[in-house]
Amino acid sequence: MKQETHLGKFVGRPMERVEDAPLLAGQAMFCDDLPVRPGTLHAAILRSPHAHAQIVSIDTTAALAQPGVKAVLTGKEIKEDSDPFLIVLRLPMDQWSLAIDRVRFVGEAVAVVVAEDRYLAEDALDHIKVTYKPLPAVIAPLDAAKDGAPLVHPAAGTNVVSIRDFSYGEPDKAFAEADRVVELTVDYPRNSQTPLEGYIVVADYRREDKIYDVMSNFQGPFTVHPVMSRALRVKGPQLRMRSAAYSGGGFGIKQAMFPYVVLMCIASRRVGRPVKWVEDRLEHLTAAIAAPNRIIRGQAAVMNDGKVTGFRFDQLDDYGAYLRPPMPGPLYRQHGIMTGGYDVKHMTIVNRLVMTNKTPSGMVRGFGGPQIYYALERLMQRVAIELGMDHLDVIRRNLIPAGSFPYRAAAGALIDSGDYQLAVQIATRDGKLDELKLRREQARSEGRLYGIGFAVVVEPAQSNMGYLSTINTVEERRRAGPKGGNVAYATVNVDALGGVSVTADSLPQGQGHATVLSQVVADELGIEPHEITCNMERDTQRDPWSIATGNYSSRFSSATAPAARLAARKVRAKLARIAAHILKVPSDKIVFSEGKIYSMDDPQTALRFSRVAGTAHWSPGELPPGMEPGISEIGVWSARELEPPNDADQINTSLTYGFVFDYCGVEVDRDTGRVRIDRYVTTHDSGKLLNPLLADGQVYGGYAWGIGAALSEEFVYGEDGSFLSGSFADYLCPTACEVPEPLILHMETPSPFTPLGAKGIGEGNAMSTPVCIANAVADATGIKDLRLPLTPSKLAGLIQGEEPARPRATAATAPPSARARGKGIRGEGSAFVACAPEQVWQTLLDPTKLAKVIPGCNKLELVGPNSYRADLSLGVGAVRGRFEATVSLTELDPPKTAVISGGLQGSLGSSEGGGNIRLEAVEGGTRVSYDYGFDISGKVAAVGARMLDGTARVLMNQFFQRLGASTGAPEVSSAARSWWRRLLQLLGIAR
Amino acid sequence: MKPSAFEYIRPGSLAEALACLARYGEDARIIAGGLSLVPAMNFRLVQPKVLIDIADIKELDYVRLDAAHIEVGAAATQARLLAWPELATASPLLAQALPHVGHFQTRSRGTVCGSIANSDPSSELPLCLATLAGSVILRSKGASRQLAAADFQLGLLHTARKADEMVVAVRFPLRQKGAGYAFHELAERQGDLAICAVAATVTERAIRLGIGGVADKPAVREWSDLPDSGLDAALNEFAWDLEASDDTHGTAVYRRQLVRRLGRRAILEARACRN
Repeated sequence: MKQETHLGKFVGRPMERVEDAPLLAGQAMFCDDLPVRPGTLHAAILRSPHAHAQIVSIDTTAALAQPGVKAVLTGKEIKEDSDPFLIVLRLPMDQWSLAIDRVRFVGEAVAVVVAEDRYLAEDALDHIKVTYKPLPAVIAPLDAAKDGAPLVHPAAGTNVVSIRDFSYGEPDKAFAEADRVVELTVDYPRNSQTPLEGYIVVADYRREDKIYDVMSNFQGPFTVHPVMSRALRVKGPQLRMRSAAYSGGGFGIKQAMFPYVVLMCIASRRVGRPVKWVEDRLEHLTAAIAAPNRIIRGQAAVMNDGKVTGFRFDQLDDYGAYLRPPMPGPLYRQHGIMTGGYDVKHMTIVNRLVMTNKTPSGMVRGFGGPQIYYALERLMQRVAIELGMDHLDVIRRNLIPAGSFPYRAAAGALIDSGDYQLAVQIATRDGKLDELKLRREQARSEGRLYGIGFAVVVEPAQSNMGYLSTINTVEERRRAGPKGGNVAYATVNVDALGGVSVTADSLPQGQGHATVLSQVVADELGIEPHEITCNMERDTQRDPWSIATGNYSSRFSSATAPAARLAARKVRAKLARIAAHILKVPSDKIVFSEGKIYSMDDPQTALRFSRVAGTAHWSPGELPPGMEPGISEIGVWSARELEPPNDADQINTSLTYGFVFDYCGVEVDRDTGRVRIDRYVTTHDSGKLLNPLLADGQVYGGYAWGIGAALSEEFVYGEDGSFLSGSFADYLCPTACEVPEPLILHMETPSPFTPLGAKGIGEGNAMSTPVCIANAVADATGIKDLRLPLTPSKLAGLIQGEEPARPRATAATAPPSARARGKGIRGEGSAFVACAPEQVWQTLLDPTKLAKVIPGCNKLELVGPNSYRADLSLGVGAVRGRFEATVSLTELDPPKTAVISGGLQGSLGSSEGGGNIRLEAVEGGTRVSYDYGFDISGKVAAVGARMLDGTARVLMNQFFQRLGASTGAPEVSSAARSWWRRLLQLLGIAR
Repeated sequence: MKPSAFEYIRPGSLAEALACLARYGEDARIIAGGLSLVPAMNFRLVQPKVLIDIADIKELDYVRLDAAHIEVGAAATQARLLAWPELATASPLLAQALPHVGHFQTRSRGTVCGSIANSDPSSELPLCLATLAGSVILRSKGASRQLAAADFQLGLLHTARKADEMVVAVRFPLRQKGAGYAFHELAERQGDLAICAVAATVTERAIRLGIGGVADKPAVREWSDLPDSGLDAALNEFAWDLEASDDTHGTAVYRRQLVRRLGRRAILEARACRN
């Protein structure tokens, strides 16, 4: 149901985007397309292959000697030229723009090469020699929170760097009086949204006026501008941040590029020329940011009629290796609205913030919402199941009653407006829920797994800039002073011929802000939107900005658009006074329409818009007495409802709160575990829709990502912290084939707190769709504990039970004896070599012979008793990498057993492992048995994980074949494959 | 993600290409569509010194039919084969499998021979070649030879091609009379590499089943006179024999289950459409 509630002639209409023509014609200029100063150099970044290691030494000599290389910077230079970034907590967890002394996640920037072009810069990366001493890494948040866990920041003394608990209402009483308590623990995975365009920074240090001039695709919020300028030891105006009009997507992620801005500023200052850096896909997936993974234990106090009277939430949020501002935002941005769409007065929340050896967490569309709604809405389904009630009945029983808005939620959100019951009614009626239930019945009668899921979400928009101070105690907040609000800027200019141009502070990331701004301003000035030019570039030296400036928290519709209307109204008032002066009528009689300005009493005597505007430029003397010439007005807006947290820790985290109600039908294939979305209905009340076409665009985007989060997207880490999702072949975003068309329904309940009545709509489906699909899968399969993403392999494992047994007594794969973590490659096997054990033994201990046996061995030298260092070219097919290997043989019991350990390091990654080898004389030769386990980390694990086991087998085979050949024995049979692996492992090569 | 420096040669004839190969050997790689090679070069997993681009070699850009085969030249794209009007009648299996090979966009660049020469164990085309018992034609400057699929496909990204040889064409046997064909795969998304792909051909007496994505290369098994009651046991044995391993997309257990379940599905379907 789309109510016809246009606000003006253009606002509220589904107008086509003015941004599209340049985009479709290939004329939109993205940050990477913009011209740079002649002499601009290019940077490439060397990254850690280890999740946790001490940097013993870095030797840049060889890299500096490479062609075209102008500089190589390491932590040493960064420490000289900058200060660590400010963080939200007062704890010693320093972060610089390059690692200092220690790396804490795979992909952490260790050094930067500045060269004439990017190719040369990347060539030189291979020549930087870093010696690491690997340290134990901690990856799983529960492990990190344990006593005695390896510390990510030893100086902080703990990995759990913040614990806050909150109590609202009378939770103990609610739980004591409840008929039952329903409980569920969820483990929300690491994921992100992945812009097509990575980070781009062009930094130019102007030595003479001491200005860092930066062009980037930073998206704000500018709360981190002071963080950057402090790190660079300059005053705010000396750090000029400029951004392009077009962005290849943000989703919040382009906030977290600020360490690279500082890094390139320092690089530019060091080399005396501009430096450009373009992040590539591997860098982005490995090291940009992820939404925090979170473990939430939720409890609901429930009455037998389905009424929920209280909640308890215990959250453990994983921020990875560093707490980059504005982290831990995702833990607090939803704080005021943790009760979701439900009228529940009593609640406790425990928030724990944990550090691990993973990529730092950051801003991602939904910003904490996908995590908490996954817990809340899964829990509400459990309430229904445990009470034997219909899920939708339980939802209806608990929704905030219509007529109670503005509604103060338990934790402080002031929910501006809504009619949740009506939204549910529209959704079930227009989305034909009854029909969907029949489809479920039919499918189930045929033995198919079919389920229906629901999700209720309250979608916050326009963050209170003070919400993060909720992490501090009341006393700490008093000391620091109150923080709140969200200041928005827009400017409307009218030139001497009546041309209207608009600028604004929203740093659009593809949403179509220029289209809406032109609609808003056109309505005020009585002209056509296409007559208005919007320039969405931003420049902190020229344009007004505040800490709230930027593109995040769906703030455009409720903050920037109203600021533009304010500016336009000032322009209109001025033009009206000029027209009234010329026409000699009172200015409140003045009408603006179709490019004309006239008195409502005399429409025939109309002035052209351009004529009135021109007066302010051409003939200031004709202006009304006391009026300033020219026409350029700034609109500045901040809502008074965004108050700082109060002494009861209540916080109105956002200005507006939309409502989303989703349901869907899914089928799970019993054979393959694949989820098919049969129908998806999403209903939104986002207040007034400024442009319904753009609103639907936001819904489509959030929904498509929600499907990815539900079914396929996850940043996977090995137990050792190796990163395994470094390309789009492993981090699986849904494509058009995986995203069925949803039915989108709207209703419009205006917000009373923002001038245009509009709320946010960009993030709702990022919160609702993952849990809606999970609830449907739970309904289809009866499974309680569902961890996203619900991949076919995972679901098949849950629904199929035990697989048929191995048919005959072939050797089952035994568990590995060696400790292997990460992309832990482990195995064991045996092979036959047609010579005596002594001969095999000799080969293994003779560097000259061994060098001939090891595949791809360019050089092997003895570096100690039974310790070797080797230079190897390893690979399969055309895939080759050069590695330095160290291998030691210990616990020698000639010619029977030995223990092998070692490691590999090269530009493709690093490996550590060990194993055992046993020689046994058998008829006609020797049986060599072995087992091994090793980890692989770095690039090869990130982009080639699926190939590693196979590659290990290939290399093992080659080794044993060559071993056989070197001892004069005939070729090893293929059954000996694992034999060879062991040897390889011996070399440390082995996977 | 920039490749290391390489020399780029774009010969206009096969003879010229083979001369280049003879000259550079191991240091050279043939590039056709570049769908696998270019990403690997950008990751610097592959660092050829010389790239020999065969896109301009008209004599290799063909799909043709002889009495027993479809022969596809090395420059022919997957899209070209898929659009070839006789495909569905000449090779029902290829017609079913090709839509799973990447996407419309990638098929318009990716070549049939390139996929087979790359020998990725999860690719559909090497699986079809193995299941149909097709062959590969290799040429070097001085010689030409034809290898059966089983002799050509040696393992993970590993074939019997010698450094101075080039895959100039592949041959898929034509549909047999009285045979039925079926192809299924499970990939997480449409167009992804298969977690498990199955190709079945069923004749009156024999069942031939090929499995991709599980072992290091396409695995083919043939049964004759297999009673329906023995099908599950036969598939279970096959599944266990493939030495499946875990990766981030699927467990070994899952892969074995797919061999059993998709294998059964494909065999029954192929049998049902025997002509």
